[in-house]
Amino acid sequence: MIRLATLLALGGLAVASVGVAANPPRAADLEAELVCPVCETTLDQSNAPIAEKMKAFIRARIAAGDSEEQIKDALVAQFGTGVLAKPPGGGFGLLAWLLPLAAVLVGAVVVAFLIRSWSRRREPPPPADKLDPKLERLVDEELARFDG
Amino acid sequence: MTTRLRFVAQGVAIGLVALLFILLAWSLLHDEGGDLMKRANRGDRPSAPDFTLERLDEKGALQLSSLRGKAVVLNVWASWCGPCKEEAPYLEEVWQRNRHRGLVVVGLDAKDFRADARRFAGRYELSFPLVYDGPGNTIDGYGVTGFPETFVIDREGKVVAGFAGAVDGDEERTRLQSAIQDALA
Repeated sequence: MIRLATLLALGGLAVASVGVAANPPRAADLEAELVCPVCETTLDQSNAPIAEKMKAFIRARIAAGDSEEQIKDALVAQFGTGVLAKPPGGGFGLLAWLLPLAAVLVGAVVVAFLIRSWSRRREPPPPADKLDPKLERLVDEELARFDG
Repeated sequence: MTTRLRFVAQGVAIGLVALLFILLAWSLLHDEGGDLMKRANRGDRPSAPDFTLERLDEKGALQLSSLRGKAVVLNVWASWCGPCKEEAPYLEEVWQRNRHRGLVVVGLDAKDFRADARRFAGRYELSFPLVYDGPGNTIDGYGVTGFPETFVIDREGKVVAGFAGAVDGDEERTRLQSAIQDALA
């Protein structure tokens, strides 16, 4: 019984994954992820002639059954990796993801160091020197005389 | 120890700011692309940035410096550019009229689909060498800000004149002819 349930569950997962893979890419999604090489905004924000040509290309390739990756690869082959709104995750493109993280980490370390340094600098003020007993007695006498 | 570390951190911060300033100054001093045309048109004859690009009209690549010894009319165009369509037949005419004198017209198609560019060349019967720069990296060196732009380069690889927009009026065509004479001299 358990084996049958497991098999059914695995079968269901396989069907679901095939269903996801078979979903055609949406033109609107691709247009938001690709950049017009002339105006350098995403295609959905541009009506430049080349952007319109690229949108038509995307629609034609979707109709021909291409996957998102195939369409992106075809456009990169024409216009280079600059056409991708998000830099690729490998090679030199990885730097675009890692450098901001590294900058935030370095900034956090510098801020932590400065805070620590400032908090150490604020030491309690030194206690006031005690009055010389001779002088204190003299002041007391003078005050008593003044009161008297 | 803390004081020493603080000094080191301050030194690093100052160093980074100084480095950024140096980078900014360097980029400003070396970014000659933007005024390449201006410099050429006031007679400075700046060097034409070299490039090697794949050919659209045949297999292989073309290196600009391989044309040293000839004058070059470098036309930056794209199939989606309206004025490029008006200018194309005239550039073919310029090529046919001057090729025997040592002039090469080179069409540099940028930010375009290869297939569209080839269709464009077929429609306007362009027979001069055509190269392709899809990402448009090469044209940055020339400071190209729009399409079309044309540069006349002399036999030594120096830019004699530049034209922003189509070379379509009488005045512009006369200036182009004069620049070609100058480049061939």
